[in-house]
Amino acid sequence: MCARKRAEGETADGAPQRAETAPRAVLDGPEINRALTRIAHEVLERTKGGHDVTLLGIPTRGVPLARRLADRIERVEDRSVPWGSLDITMYRDDLRLAPARALGRTDIPPEGIDGRTVVLVDDVLYSGRSVRAALDALNDLGRPRAVQLAVLVDRGHRRLPIRADYVGKNLPTSLRENVAVLLDELDGRDAVLIGPAKPRPGQEDDA
Amino acid sequence: MRHLLSAGDLDRDEATLVLDTAAELARVGDRSVKKLPTLRGRTVVNLFYEDSTRTRTSFEVAAKRLSADVVNFSAKGSSVSKGESLKDTALTLQAMGADGVVIRHGASGAPHRLAEWVDGAVLNAGDGTHEHPTQALLDAYTMRERRGRVEGLRVAVVGDVLHSRVARSNVLLLHTLGAETTLVAPPTLMPQSVHTWPCAVSYDLDEVLPKTDVVMMLRVQAERMHAAFFPTAREYSRRYGLDRERLARLPDDAIVMHPGPMVRGMEISADVADSPRSTITEQVTNGVSVRMAVLYLLLGGSAPAIGS
Repeated sequence: MCARKRAEGETADGAPQRAETAPRAVLDGPEINRALTRIAHEVLERTKGGHDVTLLGIPTRGVPLARRLADRIERVEDRSVPWGSLDITMYRDDLRLAPARALGRTDIPPEGIDGRTVVLVDDVLYSGRSVRAALDALNDLGRPRAVQLAVLVDRGHRRLPIRADYVGKNLPTSLRENVAVLLDELDGRDAVLIGPAKPRPGQEDDA
Repeated sequence: MRHLLSAGDLDRDEATLVLDTAAELARVGDRSVKKLPTLRGRTVVNLFYEDSTRTRTSFEVAAKRLSADVVNFSAKGSSVSKGESLKDTALTLQAMGADGVVIRHGASGAPHRLAEWVDGAVLNAGDGTHEHPTQALLDAYTMRERRGRVEGLRVAVVGDVLHSRVARSNVLLLHTLGAETTLVAPPTLMPQSVHTWPCAVSYDLDEVLPKTDVVMMLRVQAERMHAAFFPTAREYSRRYGLDRERLARLPDDAIVMHPGPMVRGMEISADVADSPRSTITEQVTNGVSVRMAVLYLLLGGSAPAIGS
């Protein structure tokens, strides 16, 4: 999970110089809304009406995104879509690189995941390691018919053979940059920010 | 490397982190695959110098649910019966690469000594009449599950406080978490230093019960008693045992706890032990989740997230 709370001071001038400056916004609230609406429609298209779809958000910021997608699908189809959260902490490959972390919540909807099309939802796709951990976690919970991946931002630099099925925005970045997603539910506003990476020991492969 | 030797080692944030982590891990017990890969490749040694059913199996199940390799070592049938010292046993385990050592020992302070000799994390699973921190954690977890909170709860710990490691650990942890504890026992079964503990003391159970949210009954530890502490079992039971009449004196939403093993008819009557207000079997279930949380927080990362 790449999203981190960032300082509020972002440059509004949209100047192209990225490095060593305060984080700047690359997506604002309405753009995030439009991206999610498009993803919701794509999910319905690709899954032929989404009758067997279950949305599972990866904590922390994948969870509100999954709920928003479920809301949008419900608005379009007038039918509720099961959604939940899937914590991947215990399945991470970098657990030994940092002190033990607090666990997130895993909430699987009562329908379960057996035989369903599970759409994993996360904020930022980066190395692909979170998604690998999520696939392992799913494996212990049941046997979905198919697993798809929806992300708000794909920032590139994959380290594993993983790709997203639904992407809000492809964001070319440098490894020296940090992408932070802010969501109203957790941060008080919607935005995607890009700024210089903070050194985090052992976590250069995050997300 | 950090250890869990005393319930007093945990500050409020750490204790809350253990309880929150346990709450998430409890859900693993409801899944079809009751296993997480987190401690794969780590070795946990259960070093038990005293008899135990509940605690040893609970630690074993907890470690196995986290995919750790578990080695059970009991004093009977080991080189201890040939005269090997605790230190030599510890160094042997060290040489075999134990990442965590769960120790129960009849001597108070044995885990502290062990912690000086081994590199791995030491988890105190009960030392003499001193401490039993994971029991206190699972008790606090059970209170939080049943009553929604620990802070502000009025807890009465009743019975053989003198020989109880559960009582001391509970008093320390409940104090950290903001509950009010009252120890209730005959004067002969109250430790001399009890006035230095962060709790109240009473000798009259009937007077305490109406002002109690949680009553925790302790076993009378006959095996540790080498003197006469009370005239007869019947008299003890009449003054300090929890029976149906005493249960009726408790507020309606109060719960009854017991760390086990219990002696029915002595400190608790059978109908109270089996009543819906008793949490005795829940405590056992919660014990696995809490021990998973402690093992994860001590062994799961590059550095332990809790402990001293």
